[in-house]
Amino acid sequence: MTWEVVIGLEVHCQINTKTKAFCGCATTFGSEPNTQTCPVCLGMPGQLPVLNTLAVDKTILTGLAISADINLESKFDRKNYFYPDLPKGYQITQFTVPLVEHGHIDIVTKSSGAKRIGVTRIHMEEDAGKSMHEGLDAVSHIDLNRSGIPLMEIVSEPDMRSSDEAIAYLKNLHQVIRFLGVSNADMDKGQFRCDANISVRRPGEPFGTRTEMKNMNSFRFIKQAIEYEIVRQIEVIEDDGKVIQESRLWDSVKNESRSMRTKEEANDYRYFPEPDLPPLRVSQLEVDTIKASMPELPHQLRARFETAFGLSAYDADVLTQTRELSDWYETLVAGHPADPKQCANWMANELLGRLKEMNKDLAHCPISAQAFALLLDRIADSTISGKIAKDVLDAMMETGVSADDFIEANGLKQVSDSGAIDAMIQTIMDANPKPLETYRGGKEKLFGFFVGQVMKASKGQANPAMVNQRLKEMLKA
Amino acid sequence: MPFSSLSEIKTRLDNGETTAVEVAQLYLDRIAAHNEQLNAFVHLDAEHVLGQAQASDAHRAKEGARALEGLPIAVKDIFCTQDGPTQCCSNILKDFHAPYDAHVITKLKEAGAVLVGKTNMDEFAMGSSTETSAFGVCRNPWDMDRIPGGSSGGSASAVAAALTPAALGTDTGGSIRQPASLTGITGMKPTYGRVSRRGIIAFASSLDQAGPMTRTVKDAAMITAAIEGHDALDSTTVADAPQLDWLKACEQRDMKGMKIGVPKEYFVEGMDAEVRASVEEALKQCEALGAELVDISLPHTHLAVAAYYVIAPSEASANLSRYDSVRFGHRCDNPEDLLDMYTRSRDEGFGSEVKRRILTGTFALSSGYYDAYYLKAQQVRTLIQQDFTQAFEKVDVIATPTSPITAFKIGEKTDDPLTMYLSDIDTIAVNLAGLPGLSQPCGFAQNLPVGLQWIAPAWREDVLLGAASAYEAATDWHKHVPAAFGGEV
Repeated sequence: MTWEVVIGLEVHCQINTKTKAFCGCATTFGSEPNTQTCPVCLGMPGQLPVLNTLAVDKTILTGLAISADINLESKFDRKNYFYPDLPKGYQITQFTVPLVEHGHIDIVTKSSGAKRIGVTRIHMEEDAGKSMHEGLDAVSHIDLNRSGIPLMEIVSEPDMRSSDEAIAYLKNLHQVIRFLGVSNADMDKGQFRCDANISVRRPGEPFGTRTEMKNMNSFRFIKQAIEYEIVRQIEVIEDDGKVIQESRLWDSVKNESRSMRTKEEANDYRYFPEPDLPPLRVSQLEVDTIKASMPELPHQLRARFETAFGLSAYDADVLTQTRELSDWYETLVAGHPADPKQCANWMANELLGRLKEMNKDLAHCPISAQAFALLLDRIADSTISGKIAKDVLDAMMETGVSADDFIEANGLKQVSDSGAIDAMIQTIMDANPKPLETYRGGKEKLFGFFVGQVMKASKGQANPAMVNQRLKEMLKA
Repeated sequence: MPFSSLSEIKTRLDNGETTAVEVAQLYLDRIAAHNEQLNAFVHLDAEHVLGQAQASDAHRAKEGARALEGLPIAVKDIFCTQDGPTQCCSNILKDFHAPYDAHVITKLKEAGAVLVGKTNMDEFAMGSSTETSAFGVCRNPWDMDRIPGGSSGGSASAVAAALTPAALGTDTGGSIRQPASLTGITGMKPTYGRVSRRGIIAFASSLDQAGPMTRTVKDAAMITAAIEGHDALDSTTVADAPQLDWLKACEQRDMKGMKIGVPKEYFVEGMDAEVRASVEEALKQCEALGAELVDISLPHTHLAVAAYYVIAPSEASANLSRYDSVRFGHRCDNPEDLLDMYTRSRDEGFGSEVKRRILTGTFALSSGYYDAYYLKAQQVRTLIQQDFTQAFEKVDVIATPTSPITAFKIGEKTDDPLTMYLSDIDTIAVNLAGLPGLSQPCGFAQNLPVGLQWIAPAWREDVLLGAASAYEAATDWHKHVPAAFGGEV
């Protein structure tokens, strides 16, 4: 009998504001511990929160990007629990009325095609600090730099039925968030954290008991953890056991999960309205203004690249993975407008390939899109062949030299002088009487041999089209 | 001089008849002479006080006088101050020094006031008698065997015995008005949102409000004028609150055309007969001043205490979670592990009343009980607010006793928390509704002061001050001083 998997995801995403959610402290990553704190985010007596409205705007923008409803009045609540890196003993969050509700994200997977995943809500909250235990003897250290950094918690409906769908949803969400510029969403820095609620059931039956998988900080680990948990739950049930509602921690070193706490051990968070903050009210006008500032989203960009630039779905997808990529591509096309498809091919295959080999990202690309466009111009105007252009690109990437300077300095200019090409062909024909005879005897496959010889003799600089044309004529004679 | 009002001292300072240093020295001497008996102050740095007074005299000479130039004002131990400890009269904050001033402290400093030490209070403002203070019980100058009320009992006792001409208190369920009433002084709780709570150690955030405790109505207005106003760093202060002419409101001398609502629910069984007589006499006096007394009903009054003792402890249970011994405050010796550190530190640091309220609040917010307690209490709160809204459609101001009884004996109610909670029966509804309230002396019962409470619509402190000023001008109850403290030092 088959099993159906049910997955719902909660994503905690750091909103990239300069200052914290409720105080003026900086949010810079990686600073010395406890250097970005103040009486408010240290939870000192009598200190009060003041809401960062930029974080509100960015949450609203995210909500609008996933076609969600914006609640013009939402509320803040206190979530109470004791932990040393939670200075106030409660987290300010939105429990009863979140800022954003009822959105969705459309995904495509190989196994199940196009599918719409519901987003239940996005609410704002503050991050806790960080506890450090490793390498310390009988003490723990606490860094409160992260305490009070604004987060969006994005909660999906339990709409996903496989790890592939879960990953597609997460990647899509991640991409949208990055495009909006509302979060750097760097998973290594904990700026995009995912918890997965997983259960299995027989098709048609009600939901099974779910477990919550925590601490997964890469798409790969999330996929592994989900798949591990699916197998574990099925085994439990098939062995006549019962899945226990619990939180489980993914161990990416051992590739297994372990129970963190069961439902019985779970905190009673004693939510109640945060009396230090009035209800959050935004006007329809403010929402509309934010909507008007919405940048082009990945799916819109993909569609435009396909229709306006004639790109394949694959290329359009590759070049819209990040805002950086699509911006770079559009700058490139602006510099070499004659052939956007050529731009896409060269960027996707040659440039990105080289960057990958160099272990660099686009932000640290040694050449600009304009400089790259000039290289493509030289192919188009037959100054160099595509083959030579690849060598030129190598040099450009290595030293940052311009295409023209390198071509000039190394005499790589393509030979298109028919006299010179005829002379080269004649020399090759003279040097290879036997193949010539065979060719003329009807073995036309040898044509390639002559092309190769001529190109070699010209050090690749002969115009390939002219070589082809002249060879055909001269070999016949 | 010691029993002079703030405004009288101000006049003398302005006329050059005395200096801030002389004034400060006078009160420092009185504190030195009497505080041991009263235990009204829990912290005092005489040199620091004189230093402020000298600076004030210099400021006056150089740049002229500010609104409260050179006037001594004591503050409850709940206000964070950069100078000296801020301990909220709790062992958990023993020797805690705040690295910041409360917003109202900054405002007082900017107005030129001389801050005179920290006054005693119930631990974390949880109490009605100043008996739960970790630094010992505070006494009522009118009878040293009796409590001064609470939780701002130290401020009340200090003003009543003229150890300071004025003080700041905070009022969550009556903690300014009830002790003012029990010690024969004037105390005002402004509208919720009028005065910034930033830097005031939180008890119940939706109820707490700071206010003045003074010898006269005008003094209360002077201080409120200095400390009130929008604070961008307290989101519960209101940016567009109606602005008032605080001192002009105190010039009112009659009550012609004023409709005073007298709610029957505040004159009920259990009320001391002499207190009742005093308040009724005061109301007659108001009639004589031209007011019209209107019988009104605030039908949900009987639910106020119950609602309050759900809402306030609920908020307190969260507000006091930060005293976990991790970053500041008392930490137990040699904790075995995290749980031991939490439980033992908090067990040692908090007194029993604070623990009781944390437990009550934690229970009320717990899963499965939230709807029955917290949510229900919030619904009651709405009904109480509606009671007042409807009443103020008919009357300009409401008058009630501030407390159904006079100051009780030390220890009399400490073993019976429920009876203790009923001490606030006349003041709590005002906090739940967020309204301004003022208590002023209106007589004596068993030789102990009785207070008259005025309640006005939100943001209409001018109505309170007007009515209270007219009453004060026509009576001399505010001029009575406790005999044991009446003489010069």
